[in-house]
Amino acid sequence: MIEFEAPVIDWAVLMPVLVVLAAGVVGVLIEAFVPDRGRRPTQIVLTLAALVASLVSVVLLWGRVATEGYAFVVNGTFLLTPFTLGIQAVVAVLAILGVLVIADRTRTGEDAFAPTAAAVPGTTYEDAAREAGLQQTEVYPLVLFATGGMLLFPATDNLIVLFIALEVLSLPLYVLCATARRRRLLSQEAAFKYFLLGSFASAIMLFGIALVYGFAGTVSLEGALYVLTHPQSQVLELMPALVIAGVLLITVGLLFKIGAAPFHTWVPDVYQGAPTPITGFMAACVKAAAIGALVRVVFTLAAGLDEPLRRDLEVGLWAVAILTMLVGTVAAVVQTDIKRMLAYSSIAHGGFLAVAFVGFSETGAQAVLFYVLAYGLATLGAFAIVTLVREQDADGVVLGEATHLSQWAGLARRSPWLAAAFALFLLSMAGIPLTAGFIAKFGVFSAAVVAGAWPLAVLGVLASAVAVFFYVRLIVLMLLTRPAEDAQETEHPAGDGVAADGTGGPEAKEEAPAGEGATRTLAAARSTLSRASVVVVASRGPATVAIVLCAVGVVLLGVVPQVALDWAAQAATFRPLQP
Amino acid sequence: MDLVNYLYLASILFALGATTVLLRRNAIVVFMGVELMLNATNLALVTFARMHGDITGQVLAFFVMVVAAAEVVVGLAIIVTIFRARRSASVDDVNLLKS
Repeated sequence: MIEFEAPVIDWAVLMPVLVVLAAGVVGVLIEAFVPDRGRRPTQIVLTLAALVASLVSVVLLWGRVATEGYAFVVNGTFLLTPFTLGIQAVVAVLAILGVLVIADRTRTGEDAFAPTAAAVPGTTYEDAAREAGLQQTEVYPLVLFATGGMLLFPATDNLIVLFIALEVLSLPLYVLCATARRRRLLSQEAAFKYFLLGSFASAIMLFGIALVYGFAGTVSLEGALYVLTHPQSQVLELMPALVIAGVLLITVGLLFKIGAAPFHTWVPDVYQGAPTPITGFMAACVKAAAIGALVRVVFTLAAGLDEPLRRDLEVGLWAVAILTMLVGTVAAVVQTDIKRMLAYSSIAHGGFLAVAFVGFSETGAQAVLFYVLAYGLATLGAFAIVTLVREQDADGVVLGEATHLSQWAGLARRSPWLAAAFALFLLSMAGIPLTAGFIAKFGVFSAAVVAGAWPLAVLGVLASAVAVFFYVRLIVLMLLTRPAEDAQETEHPAGDGVAADGTGGPEAKEEAPAGEGATRTLAAARSTLSRASVVVVASRGPATVAIVLCAVGVVLLGVVPQVALDWAAQAATFRPLQP
Repeated sequence: MDLVNYLYLASILFALGATTVLLRRNAIVVFMGVELMLNATNLALVTFARMHGDITGQVLAFFVMVVAAAEVVVGLAIIVTIFRARRSASVDDVNLLKS
């Protein structure tokens, strides 16, 4: 009989992920045991503490990993490289800022989440839940689990763990998407679409993993690389087509998470429908984590492919990059909803990131690292501001977010600081000098030029130029246009706005259980075009802190980028270990 | 019997599942398509494990089952919520989010 040999586990290496996941579990227990009143503060403190602890352990591990080049647990099932640590640091920082926005209740005293997400929109049960002041504090453990998955996603050499991390990351996000307090039908719809397409993509990626396993006889990336580079060592006489198809399918799964075209169709819908703080969290952190995983998988496997295959893979990524930049920028120009516009801009940024993949070089990895940080800060900040610009009915009751672009006209008159911060984030996304976005884009395009892909860089610059158009258009709208809401208010009685909320006008409330009621709720939700007046609600603090930190980060990274660039360069000395 | 036949079967099942996802309109059926894809992958994994004489594939199949179960929980919850709010689980009716 074989004795079971317990593996030696280096717990310190696991710390960044472990802290967050453990806090998630504790968060679930808090839901069960802490009385209603104290639950929310406890959860927020726990969540922030766990994320900060994770960031601290990343920093503590940095010295060790940077000198040794890597640190791993159980044969690379969990593998930290400097690049991985860099991504983890970015994810942790962005998640902290994201949680600050999520935790903000604004002066209305309501957070962005439904009192009970299980209630059917427009029913008396929902009203009762709202009046009883129920709150959905499960949001915080869910965010922690998702963050844990994101931290694990780029930190593995093992395709099983890659798949598990993908699911740990995705499943909480599906749920979080469905929890918006207002416009609940849209929110549920976003979750529905995200779930169906997301599970489809992860099934595709899983089949890719199965094929790579069939080819290599191992699920370790290093193992697969070894088999690729030593063809005679193949265990089975299987066609090399297996590994090509496998890598292709895995890449598709990862590109889906990044939202790169042609796998981007879910992005605008999900970003628009999800509660805005969650959208910001998702846009910033998921993209960082998924790009990190993609860099690890693609760069590692590309090292083992022979020249023509490598070329093919590169051409494929070229195509994805070009298509994504085009789709993102062109579609963003014609959007009228601000969340949708930011979603398309986020797609375009995925394209810019993909530009850096050409050549599979360290310069590319460095550019990616800096880019996700710059992009994440600007995006999080922008969505945080969207949470504060609200609609208001005739009685002064604050409703959902004012997402139509025309409602943002003259924002600078209402709230100059907020408008200034938003303009800063938009300029950074556009890549104007003295903002983080400029340095980031410069890094990405010069990585492409170094790799000899100058046409791609030229296209990227052109796409950025188009993007400047719609960013600047919005800035002009905020700063120079006079708000024209008085005219609208007389056209559309503000009462429409209440029904449009999906939280239920009187008629939807009465008949919701019947089929007719459901269609009327739908009709009410479809009439979102009728707009109420706009008001900027004051934050209770956390969101302001997040916005200020994002703005400071964007400016600092743009004016004195050297520290961050050095750090990214150090982190990008990423090379696959030779087994 | 040749083990490769199982791989063919797995590929066919996977393709059937993917087709279901792309063509069917009922959310539950679409979701069954996803489940079929996952189970086809399990079959492929177990077959590969047998071919390589290696247990990793079987372990991975176990993980996939667990993940599939978790996905069912979340997925059905979302589909049921949608159905309760709209009295319809058709993928086509879910179309509020359009520009």
